[in-house]
Amino acid sequence: MNELRTILSDVVTRLFTDRVTKELLEAAETGEWPDGLWQAVEENGLTLPLVSEAKGGAGGTWGDAFVVTRAAGRHAVPAPLAETIVASWLLSESGLDVPSGPLTVAPVHREDTLRLARAGGGWRLSGTATRVPWGAAAGHVVVVTEAEGRTMVALAARGAGEITPDQNLAREPRDTLAFDAAPIVAAAPAGPRVPANAVWLYGALARSAQMAGGLDYLLRQASQYATERRQFGKPIGSFQVIQQNLAVLAGHTAAAGTAAANAFRAADRGDAAFEIAVAKVRVGEAAGIGASIAHQTHGAIGFTYEHALQFVTRRLWSWRAEFGGEGEWAVELGRSVAERGADALWPHLTAR
Amino acid sequence: MQTFRFELGELPPEAEALRAEVREFLRRELGDAAPVRRAHSWGGFDREFSRKMGARGWIAMTWPKRYGGHERSALERYVVLEEMLAAGAPVSAHWIADRQSGPLLLRFGTEAQRQKFLPAIARGELAFAIGMSEPDAGSDLASLRTRAERVAGGYRVNGTKVWTSNAHLADYMIATFRTHHDPAKKHEGLTQFLVDPKLQGITMSPIIDLAGAHHFNMVVFEDAFVPEDMRVGEEGAGWKQVTTELAFERSGPERYLSSFALLLELIREVGKDPGERAAGTVGRLVAQLATLRQMSLSVALMLEAGESPNLEAAVVKDVGTTFEQEIPEVVHTLLGVEPTIDSGSDLQQVLGFLMQRAPSFSLRGGTREILRGIIARGLGLR
Repeated sequence: MNELRTILSDVVTRLFTDRVTKELLEAAETGEWPDGLWQAVEENGLTLPLVSEAKGGAGGTWGDAFVVTRAAGRHAVPAPLAETIVASWLLSESGLDVPSGPLTVAPVHREDTLRLARAGGGWRLSGTATRVPWGAAAGHVVVVTEAEGRTMVALAARGAGEITPDQNLAREPRDTLAFDAAPIVAAAPAGPRVPANAVWLYGALARSAQMAGGLDYLLRQASQYATERRQFGKPIGSFQVIQQNLAVLAGHTAAAGTAAANAFRAADRGDAAFEIAVAKVRVGEAAGIGASIAHQTHGAIGFTYEHALQFVTRRLWSWRAEFGGEGEWAVELGRSVAERGADALWPHLTAR
Repeated sequence: MQTFRFELGELPPEAEALRAEVREFLRRELGDAAPVRRAHSWGGFDREFSRKMGARGWIAMTWPKRYGGHERSALERYVVLEEMLAAGAPVSAHWIADRQSGPLLLRFGTEAQRQKFLPAIARGELAFAIGMSEPDAGSDLASLRTRAERVAGGYRVNGTKVWTSNAHLADYMIATFRTHHDPAKKHEGLTQFLVDPKLQGITMSPIIDLAGAHHFNMVVFEDAFVPEDMRVGEEGAGWKQVTTELAFERSGPERYLSSFALLLELIREVGKDPGERAAGTVGRLVAQLATLRQMSLSVALMLEAGESPNLEAAVVKDVGTTFEQEIPEVVHTLLGVEPTIDSGSDLQQVLGFLMQRAPSFSLRGGTREILRGIIARGLGLR
């Protein structure tokens, strides 16, 4: 890690350690917006790593975004930080100004379509997007859709659509936004690096980093617990069966961190579709196994709401299914590999 | 708690430049070798091939030139290795010497030993075997009890080594013997030796593996005389040397590519336009493969930077061997074709070969359980 990233990592870790307390997480689950946390995150310039400095961002890279997003996952940050990073990148890549405040993206489901239609000198947005992360709390939603035969990026303000609230397992908002010829703030043809499936793709990228961070937490927490909890007169971590389980968790955590980091690196190079698919599949698999081992290690206490473990495991169970589960991504990845053929696999892997 | 680090990095241009050259060589040398031959991976033993590798300068790549090496970077060596393994080249006649025995001699051997053995290894002319395990010392390696007693001019050796791969083909064996016995301190009193398997007093017999193949041997020492100048390192320093040596063999591409030939046959079998189930299976395996390559590369980069990523190397081996071991099971679940020996399709033969080979993946070079113990120690559990 270069020096700037080490500093960035220290900043986010300190901020989240101070701010994302159990009380804050519990309040967020009742629907309370973590205003102080969000302001601190914005003040530290963490929300716009990919937006140029001229436009109010940090002028950084996806590599920087990885540091922030992974840390957000590690601390179960109950705010749309990952979504804001992706949304602001979509806007700035397409030459649009980035508004301040929390952002989200839509549509997040492949079967949902939003339509842009010209109305006078501007555009109107129609259609329904389900399970939009923080759809009600975000100040703006960034939409990627097709219009007049090309990919468009549009920015709609909160209130442009009708909101039906819902949530995921971690009680993070996942709201339905219904637009009916709604006015929008701005729209532009998608930038050259923004494909038609950009929300899906970069949403999966962001979730991979968050899950990798969540697994970091599980490994640390479960290892620590195993050295503290005593049964049969000794720490449970001194039993080989516990050691073996935690070693498996360590392997999945290491693989998840590597796969996610590699996808962010690829995003900095350009076409990252292969690496993002690899990451969503590999990290998603690790998430399920990791949550299972962490809970088994913690025994009954880890199954309580009182214990903080569940803030991360419930997120992992939801995040792995968001922006495409690992099964769906594996099919897509497998098809691309099959299409290139067996003899192209190794050259492809080593060329990336 | 100590944590692990898997920093990503890039291979330097000179390493990438070598890749095309290696591929061209392999295309010429292996030509249309049958998939089941390629599936032997680093089990294939071919002295002619090893000599050609030596002539190309692809053995002993990182060693000093004065010992026949080429003073290239560990990352250039890494590229050669991964290309060899991905192609299923028969590297076993030089592999052990290049990976373990040579580096051991470079580090702990006498000047005379280095002069004598290293240039020949670098030319691909000397095959080595490793004599560690014994009937009562497997994972508990420090319990080994083959005795080497000091006599005039050297040592007299008595005892038995087992699972000694390729000892019947090798020119030399690096064997670990007990030179001093104190039941309370079993890690002390071990010493390594260079042993010529043709010495008087050494009897070798094959141990046939479950598939009927002869790789393993039992090597019995009965008053075999090993000259003093064939001792490697100090008397009693064997345990430290052995653990150093084992670290050389932990995180390389050989720890996740053993079943690569079967993945390729699977992709051929499902065709250009697979159904959902087949595509999903291929996609999942490729996701594991691509991630493991980055993990393994990350360890190689740390080694090149002079770090000692022992925990990371153990993690790569554990995750990697789990992956390569899983592939035959996954292929069976998806396709349900019968595994065969030398009939049927390429896929069936590769499946048959690897299904029978796979149990060894998580045994060789330290069992899965031992590795996970090492990882657990890194996590602060022991």
